[in-house]
Amino acid sequence: MITIKNLHKSYYTGTNSLHVLKGISLHVEQGEFVSIMGSSGSGKSTLLNILGILDNYDQGSYELGGKLIKDMSEKKAAIYRNETLGFIFQSFNLISFKNAMENVALPLYYQGVNRKKRNKLALEYLDRFGLLEWADHMPNELSGGQKQRVAIARALISQPKVILADEPTGALDTQTSYEVMDTLKEINHQGITIIIVTHEHDIAAMTSKIIKLRDGVIGDMIVNGDLASFKKSYAKDLATL
Amino acid sequence: MFDIDKWQEIFSTIKKNKLRTILTGFSVAWGIFMLMVLLGAGNGLSNGVSSNFEGNSINAMWIWSRETSMPYQGYKTGRRIQLTMDDFNAVKKMDKVDKISARYWIGDRTYAFGNEYGTYQTQACHPDYIFIEKFIIKEGRFINDIDMEHDRKVMVIGEDIQKALFKNTDPIGQFIKVGDVPFKVVGVYTEKDPREGTRQGLIPITTAQRLFNAGNNIHNIALSTLDVSKNESEQIEKNIREDIAKRHKFDPKDERALGSYNSLKDYIQTMSIFSAIKMFVWLIGIGTLIAGIVGVSNIMLIVVKERTKEIGIRKALGATPGSIIGLVLLESILITALAGYIGMFLGISIMEGVNFMMEHQAQASVGANGDQGEFRMFMNPTVDLRIAVSSMLLLVTAGALAGYIPAKKASSIRPIEALHDE
Repeated sequence: MITIKNLHKSYYTGTNSLHVLKGISLHVEQGEFVSIMGSSGSGKSTLLNILGILDNYDQGSYELGGKLIKDMSEKKAAIYRNETLGFIFQSFNLISFKNAMENVALPLYYQGVNRKKRNKLALEYLDRFGLLEWADHMPNELSGGQKQRVAIARALISQPKVILADEPTGALDTQTSYEVMDTLKEINHQGITIIIVTHEHDIAAMTSKIIKLRDGVIGDMIVNGDLASFKKSYAKDLATL
Repeated sequence: MFDIDKWQEIFSTIKKNKLRTILTGFSVAWGIFMLMVLLGAGNGLSNGVSSNFEGNSINAMWIWSRETSMPYQGYKTGRRIQLTMDDFNAVKKMDKVDKISARYWIGDRTYAFGNEYGTYQTQACHPDYIFIEKFIIKEGRFINDIDMEHDRKVMVIGEDIQKALFKNTDPIGQFIKVGDVPFKVVGVYTEKDPREGTRQGLIPITTAQRLFNAGNNIHNIALSTLDVSKNESEQIEKNIREDIAKRHKFDPKDERALGSYNSLKDYIQTMSIFSAIKMFVWLIGIGTLIAGIVGVSNIMLIVVKERTKEIGIRKALGATPGSIIGLVLLESILITALAGYIGMFLGISIMEGVNFMMEHQAQASVGANGDQGEFRMFMNPTVDLRIAVSSMLLLVTAGALAGYIPAKKASSIRPIEALHDE
């Protein structure tokens, strides 16, 4: 699904340049559930931006669904993003003046689906996440877990191939975090590729592959099933703190 | 292309951001409203004052004689000067004199038609008088050269006389008795400015000379000049004074002996004051407009800043940069256009209301004072619709531009960064 080869990215501010990604190669199969970990400044947000076609890269290649993503026009990127990708954010990022149903329906608006049809579909998706009775509530009337589930519904409504989640549980308590992760797992079982960025080891441990970024390169890659070895390195991390 | 979904999106945004919408709208509406009121008031002032010149030709001059107040060539003061047809003929030949008429008043006489009668004044004049006094002929015609040649007993009556004496009868061709002399009515005149009054009968001056023992005497010379400057006009006035002074042997500097009124001089002076006032009003108007533009720009900047996060979300969900700019722009254009229209409507309504009330009052005062209207300062305070619409368009464009720049910037931000930044 996703193939990245020797990816480089630098940011320039005036005369200073900051080399953020220093040659990352990565392959994610369709239906994988991957987490990206790393301390701040390790380049995980930059990588997510590039994966989400929200930013360009300098060197290397990025293929998404067999299509090379390079130097796309903003408009083309927007359309491709809308068709293939779904986003979930730490702070939910629901539009505050739209109710739950309208928020969920928004990606379909950008696909040109008519209002009636997209609202009907939005209600179906809300129903799937047990939020049907909250459909006409505004985001500030929902709990954190409900907001994130609305956000997940919104990410799914355009039937993306890949879901990119930026710290999806960062603003939730443990109980709700696990519930959200269960929801994501369920989605993953339906064949949708999910990539989450997180710094919580227990969350990462629920995914099938953990990629650890360190100073712009992949420091470690742990494939689930060796959860024991991950736990060992988790303990090592704790020890080094 | 009319995209109903796009408008629904915009309307739902507006509906849910009432304060922002009201603030933007208010600053636009206020700017346009103030501009309309200001320009209207400026126009009203200027229209009011120019209306005082409306009844007569603006380049008219009147000359009349009185008693001398300075001794001259052995003559004592207090000598009465009598203008005659010789003066009229001399002035008529002068350079740059266009239309000219002598005037002779016959004093109050009883006018009678059938059983109706009233006392009115009769004025004798030349056919050119209509160009100087700017009478409006309601029916029939004015005095002409043939009337003059044959000393015809014809009369052009004022509208007031027509109303009083003729009621429903068509006055043209009827005979009116002035004292014992019957005059044939050939026309009815009215004045553009109702304050000038229409309570006199006009007859050819040759007729007056023969019938009313005027002989060669006249009371007054009215004339209009060709297209001249203020200085030329003053020079003509001076030439006329000197010419008449020489013939009647009085000091040309004697203002008592020969009175004159030069309307062009007054007109030009007044108009130059008004062009200055008008400029001042425009200056304030443009200032108000700029304040409005700055207000709109400010609000649009804040709006876009406030919506950075929302724009980030929309982008992540697949909004193209074009659709983001379109959303912000259309919203701002919609608000400013609507508010601008409201402001323009209110401003124009108020000025039209004031206009309506003043017309009412003016009519009432004419009714109360009869012929004597006073100097008018304020009239028809309305604004040229083209100016109103173009200033509104300017404000809308400014609002759109002010929205466009930050919207363009916002549309190119990276959503992940925009959304991280709490």
